[in-house]
Amino acid sequence: MKILVCVKQVPSRDAILRLNETSQWIQERDIAYEVNEPDAYAVEEALRIKEKLGGEVVILSMGPERAQITIKDALAKGATRAIHICDPKLEHLDPLTQCRVMAEAIRREGFDLLFTGLQSDDNGFGQTGVILGELLGVPSATIAMAVEIQPDGKTVKVKRELESGWFQWYELPLPASITIQSGLNQPRYATLKGIMEAKKKPIQKLSAANLGFDEAALTPKQHVEKVYFPVKNKKTEIIEGSAKEAAAKLAAKLKEARALV
Amino acid sequence: MKGILVFIEQREGKLNRVSYEAIVAGQRLAQTLSQEVSAVVVGFNISDIATEVATKQLSTVYSVEHELLSNYTPDGFALAMKQAVEQLEPLMVIFPHTYLVRDFAPKLAASLGKSMVGDCISYKYEDGRLRFVRQIFQGKINADVSITDTPPYFVSFQSGAYRGDDVITDGAAPIVRLEVTISPEQIRIKPLELFREAKQSVDLTQSKAIVAVGRGIKSAENIVIAEKLAAVLGADLAASRPICDNGWLPMDRQIGSSGQTVAPKLYVALGISGAIQHVVGMKNSSVIVAINKDANAPIFDIADFGIVGDLFEVVPALTEELQKLKEG
Repeated sequence: MKILVCVKQVPSRDAILRLNETSQWIQERDIAYEVNEPDAYAVEEALRIKEKLGGEVVILSMGPERAQITIKDALAKGATRAIHICDPKLEHLDPLTQCRVMAEAIRREGFDLLFTGLQSDDNGFGQTGVILGELLGVPSATIAMAVEIQPDGKTVKVKRELESGWFQWYELPLPASITIQSGLNQPRYATLKGIMEAKKKPIQKLSAANLGFDEAALTPKQHVEKVYFPVKNKKTEIIEGSAKEAAAKLAAKLKEARALV
Repeated sequence: MKGILVFIEQREGKLNRVSYEAIVAGQRLAQTLSQEVSAVVVGFNISDIATEVATKQLSTVYSVEHELLSNYTPDGFALAMKQAVEQLEPLMVIFPHTYLVRDFAPKLAASLGKSMVGDCISYKYEDGRLRFVRQIFQGKINADVSITDTPPYFVSFQSGAYRGDDVITDGAAPIVRLEVTISPEQIRIKPLELFREAKQSVDLTQSKAIVAVGRGIKSAENIVIAEKLAAVLGADLAASRPICDNGWLPMDRQIGSSGQTVAPKLYVALGISGAIQHVVGMKNSSVIVAINKDANAPIFDIADFGIVGDLFEVVPALTEELQKLKEG
């Protein structure tokens, strides 16, 4: 089984975000980064299938130079090798154009299963796995809470999360594209041995030109004109003071608001 | 290309009410852009739904019926909607941003060479230019996005972006059937059983007060701090998704789109950033208190009272103060 896992590096959830000079994106320097959360579960799920059925897990990441850290972490956990699409021309693309570039790299590579996290913590498009399925001509299923390769090795059963506590099983022929929801497994930590081994694992670096994309092919279909902190529409009373003072004020206010039951 | 087409979500013959929010978005955009708005229902044996939708102010309700659409599949729905869009040539197609839409709409747009603007919370129209507002970085930042491509435009709106009650009714839209061609081999994915996990053992929907913990609690051992606060408030303990994913609290304590939807008198959010998936499950609580160290956390947008600070200092102090009030 050859499993390709798309992994994205995103600002860490604790990062205090600031806007950049043009207010078109955040200031990317001086903040910590981490792997996009559902992508970590996707890597784990792929590794478990590989350990059971054999084969390889190939990591695909599109992002700047710093994404190497995220790629190496996946390799240290046990992925076989990686492809890093790294090109400043590919930053801030719309979902479709971004996927066209990724799909080209994936098409060249070939796969039985394609995993993506269901959504990224930065742009939050939530479209990548579905679009990749369409562009690669394979069926897709989203928000997977379980993935079971069937004994024939030709089909996969996916437990999809629906809304309000409902689930549904779907069966797809392989190859297929599946988007992974957080929580379907318990991701492992990289071992020291794994970290050492990862240093020898190949990371193939590709640019847009390598994949046959010129400027015209990368013309964005969407444009982020401006980013800003949302204006609150509810009046929130922020209670100031030391922890003790704020706590005392809050307790009094809750009593006053008859919120204590 | 003209007109706005609203996708009406139905599953097993049941209308998803969030579709009305999408109709409201469509009606408003239609007014802004001086366009007509119509709706499309996709499925099998859906005439009741089409009839219900036709009571809203719409120029036409299109019904796309096919035996192969009786059970939802992304293959079937994308194929059917592709043909509907090709026949109707709308300027814009609007969707409610549901799990079902997320499963097929990006595929539909891509099959037509288009890039969808998903999960919008509103739109702006200034100087003849249309921009859609999306939340990025889990709601911490908003982005104004314009479409730099030719129509049709594909746009989905987040649940709650518009109010379903605001839908303009008194309509008597004609129902027009659209013919589509789908063959069984085009449906590659096979839907199997639909089920609910074991009945929820904790019913938080009846809680009068809830103390909910999020990622900021940092470890399972720290949950005791929240438990103590809950005890003094007479509240039930709940959590955001990551806490349950980590197994720190059982899944039946989860609040949000994939968990329970609650509306207690008091909701205290500890170390919860307020991602939309959580907020949809608790925003109707009467009094919302947020304690979080990040002043930009979106939970403060919906909180009545907020403390920006270290929950490990604030929560024990608050527990103590509430205890004093109780005794006093």
